[in-house]
Amino acid sequence: MEHVIEVSHLRKSFGSHEVLKDVDFVASKGEVTCIIGSSGSGKSTLLRCINLLETPDSGVIRFHGEDIQDGKLSMAQYHARVGMVFQQFNLFNNMTVLKNCMVGQMKVLGRSAAESEKNAVRFLEKVGMIQFIHAKPRQLSGGQKQRVAIARALAMDPEVLLFDEPTSALDPEMVGEVLTVMQDLAKSGLTMLVVTHEMGFARNVAHKVVFMDGGVIAEQGAPEQVLDNPQTPRLREFLGKVL
Amino acid sequence: MPSTFFGWVGFLAKQYGGLFLRGTANTLLIAITGTILGFLIGLLVAIARTIQLGPKASAWKRVPVKILHAVLGVYIEVFRGTPMIVQAMVIYYGALQYLGLDMPRLVAAIFIVSINTGAYMAEIIRGGIISIDKGQTEAAHSIGLTHWQTMVSVVLPQAIRNIMPSIGNEFVVNIKDSSVLNVISVTELFFQAKSATGAYFRYFETYFIIALIYLTLTFSITRILRLIEKKMDGPENYVIHGSQSDSHAAIAVHEEGNNGTCD
Repeated sequence: MEHVIEVSHLRKSFGSHEVLKDVDFVASKGEVTCIIGSSGSGKSTLLRCINLLETPDSGVIRFHGEDIQDGKLSMAQYHARVGMVFQQFNLFNNMTVLKNCMVGQMKVLGRSAAESEKNAVRFLEKVGMIQFIHAKPRQLSGGQKQRVAIARALAMDPEVLLFDEPTSALDPEMVGEVLTVMQDLAKSGLTMLVVTHEMGFARNVAHKVVFMDGGVIAEQGAPEQVLDNPQTPRLREFLGKVL
Repeated sequence: MPSTFFGWVGFLAKQYGGLFLRGTANTLLIAITGTILGFLIGLLVAIARTIQLGPKASAWKRVPVKILHAVLGVYIEVFRGTPMIVQAMVIYYGALQYLGLDMPRLVAAIFIVSINTGAYMAEIIRGGIISIDKGQTEAAHSIGLTHWQTMVSVVLPQAIRNIMPSIGNEFVVNIKDSSVLNVISVTELFFQAKSATGAYFRYFETYFIIALIYLTLTFSITRILRLIEKKMDGPENYVIHGSQSDSHAAIAVHEEGNNGTCD
């Protein structure tokens, strides 16, 4: 299978604290990868490095075989093709739901307002937020905000979507509505990297589960293999706590 | 000659009404232009001061940015650290004596108020920018917006809304403090009052009238700014599209005004 994202020998420290220690990782086209692990294990940092919200100290990140840090790939184009959904939603507070989903299309992809609107409406319909297109983010619940955030990322027609704990800031009641949307996306063949604590989602939706521990990838493989037959004591201990 | 306080107030208002009115017009002109230009100066300075270079930026980028930051830092320190009345003297007579530049008084006044306000605005706006959650910038970058696009579309609209009360403060300060420009003989309100006391020496009554005019100006300005703030916030409610009970109802995308509301 074609490797969309390829990370090799990635290292990142914050001060003297080494968060990522030589991480190697690939994501294949159309695959859903769930990254699990306890807090501080480096899973969010890995995702943020892939999206260049953090600058890696060393190592190479390739997108379709091309080094994203060598300056040849335009950052705007890379970001348009690799979207991100955040734990805290981060909807633009000064814009309506519709404008949130249009601004990137118009400014980065150069689409017309009419085309952007049509596209935004299509994805807002998909996530079930069409009724709220003229609402401002402050008027929405957490689950609604996250669904809009997913629509905003999808409106850019990305190849890859990165999810950084997309349901961790939600009330338990609202987790389901966001996971349902993500499950539909997984079926549509989008390449997804999902940092999550939702083991049910990892088991049912993921093609691959990656367990991170202490800044390295400790185990990875098919969900049933990783979740049901853990090889390391650390993973056994972790699964014992979260399952 | 009038014999009572109100008699004098009426007499002076009648006698010097035109003079006061011209002074009021100039005061307003200086305050409004000075605040707007000061805001624009502050905006540019604040944006420049929030430029951050990545750890991999070359020296060719790093050195000019460092120099720019240092120059802007000095500008802010100097203009916030000296009284405007002194700045007026230094700039006006400096230009006259050393550059041979005899500025029209009103132009000099607007120039001085603008750069003085700019120094304060730069810090107010910088505060507004850094108060915006980092997540907003990250989300903007994650869909590919550049630093400049992020500033213009996402950060500044929110930052400016948040600092509206401080901008209002600057405006009110400028209406009042433009009075110090009488030292370079700008015919603003205070200067006109000084002229008006020359014939009858009725200081108390004259300045009582002037105080009322200043108060009216500042009060009206604060009300107007409040209205602008409300306008910026937009409606509390939003139009809901389609129908919550009928899932097949037509969905209209274009806004239809604020007549339809929802809970």
